[in-house]
Order: sequence, then C-alpha cells, then structure tokens
Amino acid sequence: MTDSKYFTTTKKGEIFELKAELNSDKKEKKKEAVKKVIASMTVGKDVSALFPDVVNCMQTDNLELKKLVYLYLMNYAKSQPDMAIMAVNTFVKDCEDPNPLIRALAVRTMGCIRVDKITEYLCEPLRKCLKDEDPYVRKTAAVCVAKLHDINAQLVEDQGFLDTLKDLISDSNPMVVANAVAALSEIAESHPNSNLLDLNPQSINKLLTALNECTEWGQIFILDCLANYTPRDDRESQSICERVTPRLSHANSAVVLSAVKVLMKFMEMLPKDLDYYGTLLKKLAPPLVTLLSAEPELQYVALRNINLIVQKRPEILKHEMKVFFVKYNDPIYVKLEKLDIMIRLASQANIAQVLAELKEYATEVDVDFVRKAVRAIGRCAIKVEQSAERCVSTLLDLIQTKVNYVVQEAIVVIKDIFRKYPNKYESVIATLCENLDSLDEPEARAAMIWIVGEYAERIDNADELLESFLEGFHDESTQVQLQLLTAIVKLFLKKPTETQELVQQVLSLATQDSDNPDLRDRGYIYWRLLSTDPVAAKEVVLAEKPLISEETDLIEPTLLEELICHIGTLASVYHKPPSAFVEGSRGVQHKRLPARAGSGESAESPDTVSTGGVSEAPPAVIPSQGDLLGDLLNLDLTPPTTTGPPPPTSSMQMGAMDLLGGGLDSLMGDDSEPSHIPLRTDTPQSPQLHHHSPSPPDYSPTELGGDIGGSPAMGASFGAPPAVMPGSFNAPVSGGLSDLFDLGGGVGMPMGAYVPPKTVWLPAMKAKGLEISGTFARRSGVVQMEMTLTNKAMSVMGDFAIQFNRNSFGLAPAGPLQVLTPFTPNQSIEVTLPLNTVGPVMKMEPLNNLQVAVKNNIDVFYFSCQYPISMLFVEDGKMERQVFLATWKDIPNDNESQFQIKDCHLNSDAASNKLQGSNIFTIAKRTVDGQDMLYQSMKLTNGIWILAELKVQAGNPNYTISLKCRAPEVAQSVFQSYEAVLKN
Amino acid sequence: MSASAVFVLDLKGKVLICRNYKGDVDMVEIDHFLPLLMQQEEEGLICPVMSHGNVHFLWIKHNNLYLVATTNKNSNASLVYSFLYKLVEVFTEYFKELEEESIQDNFVVVYELLDELMDFGFPQTTDSKILQEYITQEGAKLEVAKSKVPTTVTNAVSWRSEGIKYKKNEVFIDVIESINVLVNANGSVMSSDIVGSIKLKTMLSGMPELRLGLNDRVLFALTGRDKGKTVAMEDVKFHQCVRLSRFESDRTISFIPPDGESELMSYRINTHVKPLIWIESVIEKFSHSRVEIMVKAKGQFKKQSVANNVEVRVPVPSDADSPKFKTSTGHAKYVPEKNLVVWTIKSFPGGKEYLMRAHFGLPSVENDEMEGKPPITVNFEIPYFTVSGIQVRYMKIIEKSGYQALPWVRYITQSGDYQLRTNA
Repeated sequence: MTDSKYFTTTKKGEIFELKAELNSDKKEKKKEAVKKVIASMTVGKDVSALFPDVVNCMQTDNLELKKLVYLYLMNYAKSQPDMAIMAVNTFVKDCEDPNPLIRALAVRTMGCIRVDKITEYLCEPLRKCLKDEDPYVRKTAAVCVAKLHDINAQLVEDQGFLDTLKDLISDSNPMVVANAVAALSEIAESHPNSNLLDLNPQSINKLLTALNECTEWGQIFILDCLANYTPRDDRESQSICERVTPRLSHANSAVVLSAVKVLMKFMEMLPKDLDYYGTLLKKLAPPLVTLLSAEPELQYVALRNINLIVQKRPEILKHEMKVFFVKYNDPIYVKLEKLDIMIRLASQANIAQVLAELKEYATEVDVDFVRKAVRAIGRCAIKVEQSAERCVSTLLDLIQTKVNYVVQEAIVVIKDIFRKYPNKYESVIATLCENLDSLDEPEARAAMIWIVGEYAERIDNADELLESFLEGFHDESTQVQLQLLTAIVKLFLKKPTETQELVQQVLSLATQDSDNPDLRDRGYIYWRLLSTDPVAAKEVVLAEKPLISEETDLIEPTLLEELICHIGTLASVYHKPPSAFVEGSRGVQHKRLPARAGSGESAESPDTVSTGGVSEAPPAVIPSQGDLLGDLLNLDLTPPTTTGPPPPTSSMQMGAMDLLGGGLDSLMGDDSEPSHIPLRTDTPQSPQLHHHSPSPPDYSPTELGGDIGGSPAMGASFGAPPAVMPGSFNAPVSGGLSDLFDLGGGVGMPMGAYVPPKTVWLPAMKAKGLEISGTFARRSGVVQMEMTLTNKAMSVMGDFAIQFNRNSFGLAPAGPLQVLTPFTPNQSIEVTLPLNTVGPVMKMEPLNNLQVAVKNNIDVFYFSCQYPISMLFVEDGKMERQVFLATWKDIPNDNESQFQIKDCHLNSDAASNKLQGSNIFTIAKRTVDGQDMLYQSMKLTNGIWILAELKVQAGNPNYTISLKCRAPEVAQSVFQSYEAVLKN
Repeated sequence: MSASAVFVLDLKGKVLICRNYKGDVDMVEIDHFLPLLMQQEEEGLICPVMSHGNVHFLWIKHNNLYLVATTNKNSNASLVYSFLYKLVEVFTEYFKELEEESIQDNFVVVYELLDELMDFGFPQTTDSKILQEYITQEGAKLEVAKSKVPTTVTNAVSWRSEGIKYKKNEVFIDVIESINVLVNANGSVMSSDIVGSIKLKTMLSGMPELRLGLNDRVLFALTGRDKGKTVAMEDVKFHQCVRLSRFESDRTISFIPPDGESELMSYRINTHVKPLIWIESVIEKFSHSRVEIMVKAKGQFKKQSVANNVEVRVPVPSDADSPKFKTSTGHAKYVPEKNLVVWTIKSFPGGKEYLMRAHFGLPSVENDEMEGKPPITVNFEIPYFTVSGIQVRYMKIIEKSGYQALPWVRYITQSGDYQLRTNA
C-alpha cells in the first residue's frame, strides 16, 4: 500500500468531502483525511479553506498525524494568521510533553510559523526548551532562536535569548554546541557589528574540542565559524591549524573545504621559515586532489576553489598538473574548470605535456570545450614565453583543420599573442588572411580587423581587406564596427595617400549613419583629431600599446583575499564578493586575510606570483595626459633644473605640439630666463619651416670670404661648402672638401674646428624607415648640421622639412632642408643644414640639448641631440690681454669651476694650436715651475665670454682647467668641448 | 548559511515535494529553474549553480528527478551539494530506489525525513540507520517504545545505537582498489592512480571498540618516513567513526563501527603502476567504405592472478553497420545504441595476450556531424590481489561483554576510470 492513492481524488466536491472526513470521529478516517489534505497541498492545490478543521486534529497522540498537521500549519498559518492563534495552546502544551520528540517537534514547528502573534507566545516555551534536560530538545531550541531572530530580532534581544544561546556553546553535548554555533553565526551574519560570536581563545578551545565529536555538519558549522576568528599571534594560529588539519581526512568534501578555508586563512599568519608552514603546505595538496574524485557538482565547487588557491599559493599544487587532465566523460563544467587550472599551473617544466593535452582537446566535439582549449593554447603562449613559438605553430596547425570555430578562436588568441610579442610572429599573418572569409563571429572578425589595422604597413592589400568588411558595415556588431573604424584610421595614418577615400567613408558611416553613441563618439574623436592635428592623431592612434601579460586574467589581489575567506561558498564559486550578489550585504565588511604576525609584511604574501592586478587595456588605448606629452614628443623633456619656476606643462605641451604647426607664439617670452644666461637680444623669429619659405641664410659669400682672409687657420674647416662657394683655389686653404677633414689630423698643423663623429640620432625603427645620423660643425663661421639620411623603408620618401624646438642658444635652421627627391629605398643622402642663432630661446637641460622634428611624406619624427658648445665659439673670441685680466678679476670666484682633463699627451703649444682651431684663443702663456699656464678666451654666439686657465705640466698627462664666466652654467659644456677638442 | 528551501522536481520541472526551511526565498521562484536549465542546455553550458535575480539554484540530478536547493545568501555551496547527495542516500536507503514514483508513494515519510534532516537550513541527523530508529514507514501509532529519541541522535557516537545483538559476532573486511588510468593515443600513460577503499560489514553486538592494523608496506605519506619499498598513501579519508586526532598523533585506526555496511576508509595512491591490462589498438577508417579495428589486450599482472569479467569497450562511428568480428578468445558484441564494440573475456590470466579484430561497413553518404574521439575503456576485476600491496595485519575487537569475534578479509582490484585514447 502506498501513499499515492491520496493523490487520486479529484472530484468536484473534494474540499467539502475532506471537511467532513476531517471532522469524523474515527481516528483512522481523520488521519486518512489529513493525508489527503497534505497530498493536495503537495500538488499545489489550495486547501487553506480547511484550516480550522485541520487544526482541530492537532490534539492527537498519533505522532505521524501530529507531524502532518504541523506541516499544514507551517504552510498556511501565514495566510490565516488569526486562526493560527487557535493552534498556540496546543504548541505550548506540546512543549511540555514528556516525550522529547514532541517537545522538539513543537518548538521546531513554532519557529517556522512566521506569524508575529504566534512568536509572542513562543518565548516562554522556547526559554524552557533551551534549558531542557534532553540534548535533542536543546539543539532544536538553539536553532529556534535563530528562526525567531529572523522574525523579530528585537524580541530575541529583549528576552535575553542571545545570552542563553552563547551559554550553549559550553554545552556538554557536541550537537548542541554545533547548532548553537550555527545559530549564532547566522544571526551574526545579518548583524555584522554585533560581536555576537565574541571569539576568544577560551571559546575557540571549546569549539575545537567539540569539533572532534560532532557530526560532519556540525564540524562544518564550527569550521566556518572558526574561519571568522583572527588569532592573536602566530603561535595561536599554528595551534589552531594543528587541531584543524585532521579534518582534511574527513570523507565529506564540505568538511574538507571548510578546513581548507581555515588553514588557508590562518597560515597567512605563520612565518614562512617555520617548518610547520612547509608541512602545512604539503598537507594541503592531497585532500584537494582527492576532492576531484567526488561527485561532479562537488568537483565543480572544489575546482572553482582550487582556482583561487592556485592563485594565492601556487606552490601547493604546482606538481599536480596531471590530475587536472580532462577525462572524456567529465561534465562540461568540470572540463572547462580543469582547463582553467591547467593554464594556471602551466610552467616551463610541464608546458610540453600541457600543450599536447590541449591539442588533443582541440579536436574533440564539444564546441565550447574546444574553443576554450584553443584559447588556452594562446594563454600558455602568453604565460610561458619559451613556449610561445610552439604554441603559435600549434595554433597554425589547428587553423589548417579549417574547422570554422577552431579557426576563429585561434585568430582571437593570435591577436593576443601579437599584443604580447609584437613584431615576432607577423609571418603568420598571411595564413590568417587566407581564412578571412570563414570568420562569422564578431570577436574573431574584430580580432582579424585589429591585426590588419595594426600591421597595415606589412599587408599589401590591407586597404582591400578592410574595404571588404566595410560593405556590410551596418550589419556588423558594434565590436566589429569599432574595430573596423580604428583599423581604417590606423591604415590611413600609415598609408595616407591611397586610403583617404576609405577613411572618409568609414568616418561618415560611423558618425552620420550610425545611431550607436559609442561608435559615433569614437568616429568624431578620430575625425577631429585627423582634421586638426594629424601629428597628434598619429601619436594617439598609433601609440605603443602596453604589453598584455599572463596576469590579465588573475583575480585582483584584494578580491582574491576576500574570496579565500569565503572558500566553499557561492562567492568562491562565482569568484565574486558576496556583496555583488547578496541583497542587503553592501554594508557588510569585506573579509580580509589576517596580517602575518611578527614581521611587518603586508597581508599579501610575497611568494605568490606577483598578482599585480594588471587589467587588459583595450587595443587602442588613449594614453593619459602625462603619457601623452612624452609620447607626442618622444623627446626628453625634463624641465630645466633652474631656480626659476618650471615652465608650465601646458605651455611645454603647446610648444611641443606647435613644432610643426608654426606659431611659436609669445609664450616663449615667459620662459626665457635672462638672469641666468645673457641671451641674445635678437627678436625671436618663428622658423616657419612648414611653409618652406626660404628664410635668407645667415651668411653670404662676402662674409665668408672675409672670414677666410681673417683667419687662415680656418682654412681647413671648409667642410661641405655651400653651393655658392666656387671651387677652392689655393691648395692649403682649398682643402675645404669634406674628405680633407679626415686627413688633416697631423700634429702641429693649425687644425680646423673639432667635429664630432656622426651618431645615429633617429633610428629607422622609430621613424618608419628613415634613419638620420649626424653631427654639428662650425665651418667658416657658420654652424652647420651635417646629416646622413638613409631610406630604409620600402617606399620613396619626399617632402622633407625640419624644425627645431626652442633651445638655449636660439639655434634655428637658416634654410630649408634640401633633400634630393625622389629619395628612393636604400638610398643615403648627405645633407648639410646651415644654422643661425636667431631662433627662439629656451633654456634646455642639458644646456646644449636640441630637440628636432623632421617631417616627410610618411610622418613626423622627433629626436633630440646634443651639440658641442664649441660650435658656438665665434671667430672674434680673442680678448685683449688687459681686458682679460680685468675680467678675470671682475668675475666673482664663485663662478670659477675647475676640471681635470686626463690622459692628454699634447704639449702646451700643440694644445694651444688645436684649441685655436675651435676658436679657443690663447692670450698669454706663462711657465711656472715647469708648468705651462695658458690663458684663453672664447666668446659664444650670444656674446657671453668665457675665460680659461689651462695648466699643462710636462710629463703629466693630466691637465687642469679653470673656467670663469658670468654665466657659470656653461662651464660644464665648455669643459666637455675642451676635452673633445684636445683628445681628437 | 545553506539552503533556504529544498525541492524535488520531475524532469518537466514540476514540484513533486518541497520543504521551505527559512522562508526568505519565495517558493514560486522554483518556476524559473527548468527554463533556466533548458536555456543553459541549449547553449551547451550547463552548470550546477544557476541564478535568477538574487535567487541561486544549486541542483543535482538523480534518475528522473532534480533535487534543487534555493538560497539568496552566500551559502556554503559544498555543504549544500553534500547535503543533496546525502538526501539521495537517505531516500535510497528508505525506498530502495529514489525516483518520481517512490517520492509520491512515500510522501508522508519524505516530509518527515525532510523535517528531521534539516532545520532552518542546517543539516541535522542524516544517518539513515539512526533515522530509521524513529522515523518508520509503517506509520504506526505512537508506541511507548518509539516515544524516546534514540540517544544516538545526540550522542558523541551518533552512528551506532546501543543494544545491538548478534548470535555470531563477525566482521567482513573488503579491501577494494580501483585503478584509474589515462593513456594517450601514442601509448604514454598520462596519469594513473589507485583509489582504495576498506569496506566493513559489521555484525557485532554491543558497543565494540575496534582497532585496525595495516602492514608496514603501506605507510601514510604524512609520517614522512621513507623506507625504500613502501607505498605512500597520498590522502586518506575516514568514516566519521574513526578518531581522526588519534590517527593524526600515532597512526592508529581506532573506532566504534557503525552497524552493517559502511566504508571505513578510502585512500589514494599516486605511484605509477603499470596499467594492469594494456591495450594496443589500430582503428583504420576508410571514409565511405569501412572501419577496421584491431585490438590487442595484454595482462600485465602476476601469472598466478586472473582478471575476471574483462570488458574492452571500443568506440565505433555512429553510422557503422554490418559488423564482423574475430577474436582469439572471449566474444565481441556490437552495441549500436552506445556506438561500441564490447569484447568480453570471462577469465584473463596474467601475462596472456589476446587479439580481437572487427570490421564495419560505412555508408557512402557521410554523416556530417562531427563525432568525438571517445577513448577505449576497460572493465575488469582481479580477486585476491591489491596493486598497492596493502594488507590487513590485524583487527582487534574489544567489547565489554568479552565475546570472541572473527574478522574476514577479502582483497579485490578492479578497474576504475580506465581510459585509453585512440588515434581514430
């Protein structure tokens, strides 16, 4: 005979019939009727109309019938609160029944009837039951306090039940202790500030004792409660850990996980060098592995938690990779989690095995699993650098399978690999492009478009590829649209000539024909950037992207710590803090791991893989304000270390932006600091270089001629003569061919001004194939910038122009940069640019720093270089002896600086000769105690005099030089020039 | 802390029975369960935790039932799943088979059990043997004898009642080791471990105190002692009757056993064992025409031992037809509903090698659905033998009445998760 018969009555007058039966005199019939009522209730029929009749059956000595009536009451009391009062008397009476089963049943059921009026009557019986002699009743009453608290917290506090409950923690029966702990924890959870649990070493000790004796569930309650305690020091922490570790051998997975939670939390406080710390780490691994043989749902919870544990303490499971290998019959959710952990454990040591497994998984049938496996290969490449190459080739193999979703997934991860290892695996792009047509998923399409845009300069038909996507622009998902927009703008900036139409098309599609605000915004930003300042656009759009790292998918450390405190719970499964998914928990304090005792270490243990919460930056990042400045200029713009106020950043930026835009406006007037460097009084003149207006060169044939005549020593320094110079006539002087310079190294000969060897100022890598190396020379009284331009790009260059940033001595190009065009690939050109010193002035640091912008048809490039200050020593820098003496005395001694020039093997005459070639003139020579003293003078283009005393001792390769100048800032640069001239 | 309510649903999502424990989650929320599940199934991403609004569903499936717990708090998920599996265990003990019919047939007891198993979301007494002492299926009248709570419920020894009597006092000890193996397609063993279990069938009177002694060869890894020929147990789990703190301190396994059948302990050994039955397979698929399978099985265990009921399960394409077999021993059978060839060998002595060939036709029109590559799986059992070499040295049984009791020990090694990937 089964109960199913009770479900079968479905006649019309059922309720009426039942009513009659319930009121029957026969006990058996009554009971049958109640069962029918419960059966109806179970299948969801409303039988609340029978409330009074059922309650009438409550007074019975049949336990089964009583339980059924109680069940009915629990379900319907809320809908019939007034009538529920009828039941109170029976409850109160039952609470005093001699049978503990009935007492407990009554108190348990009363707590479940969530009707205010009833709860009032519950207090007295509950008080008695909390002190009942039978532990079964006490343990039930303990839970009832939590129930009552949920309904009416104030009442519970007023009645002092919380104190009684706390007393029960010391109860002799472990079941009672466990339930009291559970009830208090539950109450404490809804009142986080109540300090209800009041855990102290004494109460902890009681809990640990009860832990050994109570049921598996009681053990969980106690362990979860322990996890909220913070030990006073590492010794207490260790002793608790020692008493908790045996729980790791419990057969119930939930007990194990709760024990793991306590241990993970408390071991935070243990000193690392403690033996016990290592022992504990070793003890944690086996139980975690065993959790993987539990039921699949428990495996899932375990895996989600292991994922956290591996991030927090990777050493625990680092040797256990194999247990996470996926079995064919694992449920999908277990498979996916295992994969995740495999990647986290992947290291150089096991990568080969991991990759072999992943490749195996990638050929399975379960699409989601296969996708994740492919993705995992990419993550391995990013995580284990040594494996990157193998990963890429594995991915290429997979792409060859032509299985649609495998290909797409592979492309998505290859994009990430490009982000991690730029310029390394571009050879695969061709293979990727072959599969362009098969991409139908937005993420893969977006990834592919990103790749095309990013490497547009290497893909010949990049414009065609992108154009093909553009046709169905409005049918694409936002992700693809945004990426397409960015990619085409990139393409335009890289290949402006052929793609103007394309970029206009996409901008208008994005801004005018789209109603997606994100797309429109991005479209407008690009549009404005491109129309107002293509240079800035370039710097913004083509900015160097921060590399992505393996850490991108790690959980942020503070969240990780919080989640570790929630091991085993939903929070640990979701990897979200409880406040994210539990209502009303926002005010609740986030749990934190305790700080390590003794040492001043922060709670975050240093042995974890550095979990710097690097978040993945979106592919086209707009750098922050600070970066922008640096990036835009790509120059060393450290502000001068003068006492004056540093120039406001904005004006610096303005100046930088204006480099090519012309308008070096009045701003500069503010920056000049006449008190430090006596500057030329020339009105600053805007270079206006971008107009290519030929500003007259600062020299003329006549002037040159005069100079030559005036100082024959200069003869050797003709360098590359300006075109206006006719071929030279007299031999010694006419050595003015550039190559002669190299030959003229003979000692004793009057030598030309020192010209440093050419250095690379702008490497081709930074300038899209344009390499510039160069040096400065002063030839015939004219400062020149001598450059070698090399075209290392694949295309012809043209439209060259040059411009300087403001600098200490107002150096500015005296004419346009004349580069013979077409400047074809692999061609090198020597260019000489005459300079004048009438440009705008701004003190630089170092003083002789020069920031240069060079533009060509491809882009604008920036570099900075330093010129030897001797370039600026003018030819009439020889001071009268008298004036020299007076000036020397006049300049305060504070302004004098001394330097040593080491390893110089010239005698004083040779040195004097050599220096004169660079316009450092010897005025007098004195010999004291076998030591030659040379008194020298030089004058800078801006009229500043520098006086020098050079001590040369025969046989001593070390010279001493003293410099005196009214602008002492120049001393360092002058000294450098001395050194350079003397040693070359 | 844990479940707010527990539901038992049929496969259509209809509530068969439910119990509201905390009243903080609306009971009608369960209506969202099945649609959510269907949606996830459609997306191929089922997950044992689902949420709808702020309600979370934690569920397991058993036969034709879903057991679902709801909560809106940050519940202890592992506790909830453990509890749901415990429900299955208790119901199965009560009703033999837990399925839709048994729930309906016994709804009164189910309600009673739900009331006793959990209170306000806290699991209480879940030991079915103890529960059976005061929750009975007879629905009998309240008798004086049953009016008492069994002290066991709240006792420290909550798994054994007092006053048990047997005429003949005996304990049967089964040592069972399952071999889990995963072998790669190229024949390398990816992972292998032994999951052992010591099961008891206790038929002892009174409250006996037992002590189990195992041979020295099996050391518990935790002792750290390392003596050449030892097999280290990676992890040991005990029934709650074993005094864990005692084991932790001096390695003694002492306990008061539950009456009847129980699993005393389980352990895991990670040592690399040679797969006991080695399989080599060649599966050649000729598209549109045929599949040819050659499987060689070799017993890599002692010659004296014999593996019984060996089953080698070889996957075949789902559209294969007209099977032909040839075996050197045993017989092969095609199981089309599982897409398998099952090769059965009743008795397989150690050191022997057998061969099976199978031939299938393939239709000329290809099945375009991608098929997975299921591994070959093997089932077997080898009696009187343990891979680890674990042995029961003694079982001391002390009861205050001083009776003599006999322990009987059996050893068996069997296949666990025994998978060999194929090249096909």
